[in-house]
Amino acid sequence: MPAPIRLRELIRTIRTARTQAEEREMIQKECAAIRSSFREEDNTYRCRNVAKLLYMHMLGYPAHFGQLECLKLIASQKFTDKRIGYLGAMLLLDERQDVHLLMTNCIKNDLNHSTQYVQGLALCTLGCMGSSEMCRDLAGEVEKLLKTSNSYLRKKAALCAVHVIRKVPELMEMFLPATKNLLNEKNHGVLHTSVVLLTEMCERSPDMLAHFRKLVPQLVRILKNLIMSGYSPEHDVSGISDPFLQVRILRLLRILGRNDDDSSEAMNDILAQVATNTETSKNVGNAILYETVLTIMDIKSESGLRVLAINILGRFLLNNDKNIRYVALTSLLKTVQTDHNAVQRHRSTIVDCLKDLDVSIKRRAMELSFALVNGNNIRGMMKELLYFLDSCEPEFKADCASGIFLAAEKYAPSKRWHIDTIMRVLTTAGSYVRDDAVPNLIQLITNSVEMHAYTVQRLYKAILGDYSQQPLVQVAAWCIGEYGDLLVSGQCEEEEPIQVCLVTLG
Amino acid sequence: MILAILVFNNHGKPRLVRFYQHFPEEIQQQIVRETFHLVLKRDDNICNFLESGSLIGGSDYKLIYRHYATLYFVFCVDSSESELGILDLIQVFVETLDKCFENVCELDLIFHMDKVHFILQEVVMGGMVLETNMNEIVAQMEAQNRLEKSEGGLSAAPARAVSAVKNINLPEIPRNINIGDLNIKVPNLSQFV
Repeated sequence: MPAPIRLRELIRTIRTARTQAEEREMIQKECAAIRSSFREEDNTYRCRNVAKLLYMHMLGYPAHFGQLECLKLIASQKFTDKRIGYLGAMLLLDERQDVHLLMTNCIKNDLNHSTQYVQGLALCTLGCMGSSEMCRDLAGEVEKLLKTSNSYLRKKAALCAVHVIRKVPELMEMFLPATKNLLNEKNHGVLHTSVVLLTEMCERSPDMLAHFRKLVPQLVRILKNLIMSGYSPEHDVSGISDPFLQVRILRLLRILGRNDDDSSEAMNDILAQVATNTETSKNVGNAILYETVLTIMDIKSESGLRVLAINILGRFLLNNDKNIRYVALTSLLKTVQTDHNAVQRHRSTIVDCLKDLDVSIKRRAMELSFALVNGNNIRGMMKELLYFLDSCEPEFKADCASGIFLAAEKYAPSKRWHIDTIMRVLTTAGSYVRDDAVPNLIQLITNSVEMHAYTVQRLYKAILGDYSQQPLVQVAAWCIGEYGDLLVSGQCEEEEPIQVCLVTLG
Repeated sequence: MILAILVFNNHGKPRLVRFYQHFPEEIQQQIVRETFHLVLKRDDNICNFLESGSLIGGSDYKLIYRHYATLYFVFCVDSSESELGILDLIQVFVETLDKCFENVCELDLIFHMDKVHFILQEVVMGGMVLETNMNEIVAQMEAQNRLEKSEGGLSAAPARAVSAVKNINLPEIPRNINIGDLNIKVPNLSQFV
């Protein structure tokens, strides 16, 4: 039998296919060849065949017949085989299949292998797809590796431990001793994954959270060193020292400081420092600032710090970078309930965002605008929102209309204003209002006895011009039916009495 | 937590597909297609975040993407990840690819899908960020590639060729050829090593 073709050749061949059918034919032919090659139990070419199978799998073709072959590769002595074998296992297998349990022994051996890269592969695979049984069996090995001095393995062991804890939460205690020295590491990779592990443990267990609160001073120190350290070429990203680690630590501080006065106080200074000193010209600086703001808002920070945070968000709203504007709006939405007054100060900027070209930003701005409407600003806000309703994309109209009705109901300064607003919505976006809007409106009109004449006149005039919007027509028809006498009797002082012509609604 | 990392070109052809949560194969392909359609609609001057499609569980998940020339890099993440942070992470991943492949282009990703997976494995593990220092990642990749090379690599063909030739039975060459009075001494041919 001729040697199986190389991965590169297969890719080249497939790329020459001009139609989907041609591609399928080539793939089927190659799959058949691979199947026979597997049957021959050839060790030399197994690696190449599985690699090809993974490529075909990515294109959407079935590759499950290669699952056992991945296991054979994992059991091989060669690093090359193991590398593809583990990758295949991660892409093709999952814990729902019994086959995956066969990996447990191999992984156990490889976790103790003499080559660190083999150990790394085993940790990676266990950390990606290890089932609860596998995690239970191998947790001890992971814990051992968490204490090693080899930073390459230690960082992987930390993330693997996170996966083990997610699968088997009872095992969390077992990793506690190993966490003692994790923050003393110099290696940033290890520090980073250690913080992830600590975060996971704190989020899962209130006891762990209480236990780890004592780490706050150490975390503050590490963060301080990162900010003050000056230029460090290996960790520098656009002039900031390891922004990813800074963000991770800020997040852990958030969890530790929540609902705890002492911890919150211990981190007040560093948060203020980060908030004022971080360079904002590049995205990495803004990512750190953003995380700082979220932390300040979530812990028990002093009011001065909170105002600082909201002002940072306000500045973000004016940033040219649309991503920054988007996250600012998202954060303001989260804080608008608790810090309503501070957010109100930025209302005009937020309302300007309604005119942004970006759909995601418009949506956020709309939600935030509704959250900011109150008795004082209802008239001004409604003007802007009605204008928005007029000009926005169809996907927003239903939500916007509902929002306007709600706001009008809560804060309407007068009945007439209320009815005018509703009319405006019905005429602008009548076909987008929700079904329950019609009965609600009818209820409202019924209750506003003094407005009946005015209302029925306005409605009649509205549908004279255009009766394509069903909800409008429904309300109008009902109204005219109920108060038709008012329409022709000229009781409404503001409008001229009108001649009603029977209009057949086709 | 990162739920999935997808790389596809401007026509939706997948170049890298990695899920960190299990989905059946047909669903995986559907997600790739749906994500492509969502992302294709976006102008280049609007923000890089959008709500993920209906197939990927619920409103907790967002798609964060970057568009480089002919390729889209899309990370599907949940609310525990910082959106701006993930944008930076995508940049780190792409710059690492650039260092490993020397001015990476789409063809590199096409023909070295396995290598791209291996590089990604050093950046993200189990849906969590593992390492963000590019030099560190490149050094680890180089060491592992050297290890592979010393074993003969994926194809293993050159090693086979050598051993095949080694095993050929070269016919016995007489040391002395006697033709009448002529005596020709054949030089000692060195063994093919």
